[in-house]
Amino acid sequence: MKITREEVEHVARLARLELGPDEMERITGQLDTLLSYVAKLDEVDTTGVAVTTCTGVASNGFREDVVTPSLLRESALAGAPQHNGEFFVVPRILT
Amino acid sequence: MDLFTLTLSEAKAMLDRGECTSVQLTKSVLARIDAVEERVNSFITLRGEDALAQAARADKARQQGRAGALCGLPLAIKDVLCTSTMPTTCGSRILEHFLPPYDATVIEKLQDEGAVLLGKLAMDEFAMGSTSENCAFGTPHNPWRLGYVAGGSSGGSAACVAADECLASLGSDTGGSIRQPASLCGIVGMKPTYGRVSRYGLVAFASSLDQVGPMTKDVRDCALLMNVISGHDRRDATSSPNPVPDFTAALLNGLKGLRVGVPAEYFGAGLDPEVERVVRGALRMLADGGAEIIEVSLPHTEYCVAVYYLIAPAEASSNLARYDGVRYGYRDMQASSLLDMYRRSRSAGFGGEVKKRILIGTYALSAGYYDAYYKKASQVRTLIREDFDRAFASCDLIASPVTPTPAWPIGDKGDDPLALYLSDILTISANLAGIPGMSVPAGFSREGLPIGLQLQAAHFNEEILLRAAWNLEQRAGIRGRRPELS
Repeated sequence: MKITREEVEHVARLARLELGPDEMERITGQLDTLLSYVAKLDEVDTTGVAVTTCTGVASNGFREDVVTPSLLRESALAGAPQHNGEFFVVPRILT
Repeated sequence: MDLFTLTLSEAKAMLDRGECTSVQLTKSVLARIDAVEERVNSFITLRGEDALAQAARADKARQQGRAGALCGLPLAIKDVLCTSTMPTTCGSRILEHFLPPYDATVIEKLQDEGAVLLGKLAMDEFAMGSTSENCAFGTPHNPWRLGYVAGGSSGGSAACVAADECLASLGSDTGGSIRQPASLCGIVGMKPTYGRVSRYGLVAFASSLDQVGPMTKDVRDCALLMNVISGHDRRDATSSPNPVPDFTAALLNGLKGLRVGVPAEYFGAGLDPEVERVVRGALRMLADGGAEIIEVSLPHTEYCVAVYYLIAPAEASSNLARYDGVRYGYRDMQASSLLDMYRRSRSAGFGGEVKKRILIGTYALSAGYYDAYYKKASQVRTLIREDFDRAFASCDLIASPVTPTPAWPIGDKGDDPLALYLSDILTISANLAGIPGMSVPAGFSREGLPIGLQLQAAHFNEEILLRAAWNLEQRAGIRGRRPELS
């Protein structure tokens, strides 16, 4: 086994996901299959090989530090499930 | 003649000559949608009345001499691109009622050129899938055989064009999501070079791999749309400042002097004999036209799927953390604490495939596993990129199949996680290397299913792809062949 049910439960907690018992069972199996497959990367000698994280523009895009219009507050709040006209409203953080 | 059958360039010519109006053209397309959409199921959101209002405005602009490059031409958009006038669901319950507060840059560009936007198209949830079966709002069917997949993740975009429900569409491609459905539905699809087209307003899946691209009825239309959507955007730091050529100019050149590399690794076990027959036939057509066919090697091809299914989920697990029920999207209102709200909202809002990929990605990035999985994959990604660098030292483009098989029945690859992932093996590498790739119709299987030829070139060499694809299109003799929708 490449991954145990306990490990999947841990990762699900990190990812803020809850899985039902059946879903947990199914996904653990699928993750195990996938991780067994990707182990084939161990065949490749990558000693001293640099990582590629992005293939495009490698430099920062600079602009003048001037104020430009940005998203209006009412637009930013328009899609919120709950707001008070000024802020996003969420359930209590500390319980 | 039915106006809905026209390509962009044909319709544009008729509009320019005053032989039809955009309102007539749009009405024809809407009537076509009315007649076939029940069978094709390509739209998530359809806005017929609004499209007619846009068409009337386009006709007026044309009368006043203000006709843009796409003035009055009806297009449809993969539901992964933000539109401030239409919901943008990404095929997910979590964004079911999401109306973005702004338009994607590519949407602005289409509108600036006068395009008529019909609606938003079906896709695998958050573009994760190869069949569009992961769409929360229904699966599009392949117009060439109903009950068969249109491919994915831009399956709605491909089916819509193939069924003449729009003149052209936009898709997005993270591991083949434009090229694969284009091939399965017999249309033209291009994934541009990473950075060629702005990703601003493209809902992020895997940010180092995602690109927006055209899905069209022919190669000329692909070039036409590339002219409109390409270019630097200050709102996307990864968009390239490279100058944008007139892509339609590339269509004037023949094949003489073109060196076409054929990688043996793309013709391995699992390749359907019908696909191989059609692709080899297309290679002969390129050779007959004067292209030189040479062998090239991409030795790390067999590792592409493993690299992709670590890197793409890793990036996705980070990108999809934003769906937290706070600022937009679905929230479980019963939750008693913030953490509970995150968990309940995400668990109810995301479908199974998306949850699975978030978990893979979170795992691959988590403490103790980062070096073994994410870092290792990113190193092999370098080797894959270098394979292409070496190959392009001896050839101008690489030709291959797009997919190992033609389309298959909906539901056929069910719950086998690897079978479907492995079907992406021929398209993934272009995203990992950041190079442009396209699918152009090359022929049909004996059963009458379309088969595309994949062309790949070095960074920012889309013109070479278009030139080869256009010449193949002239020679293949299948342009204009239409599905019967049965």
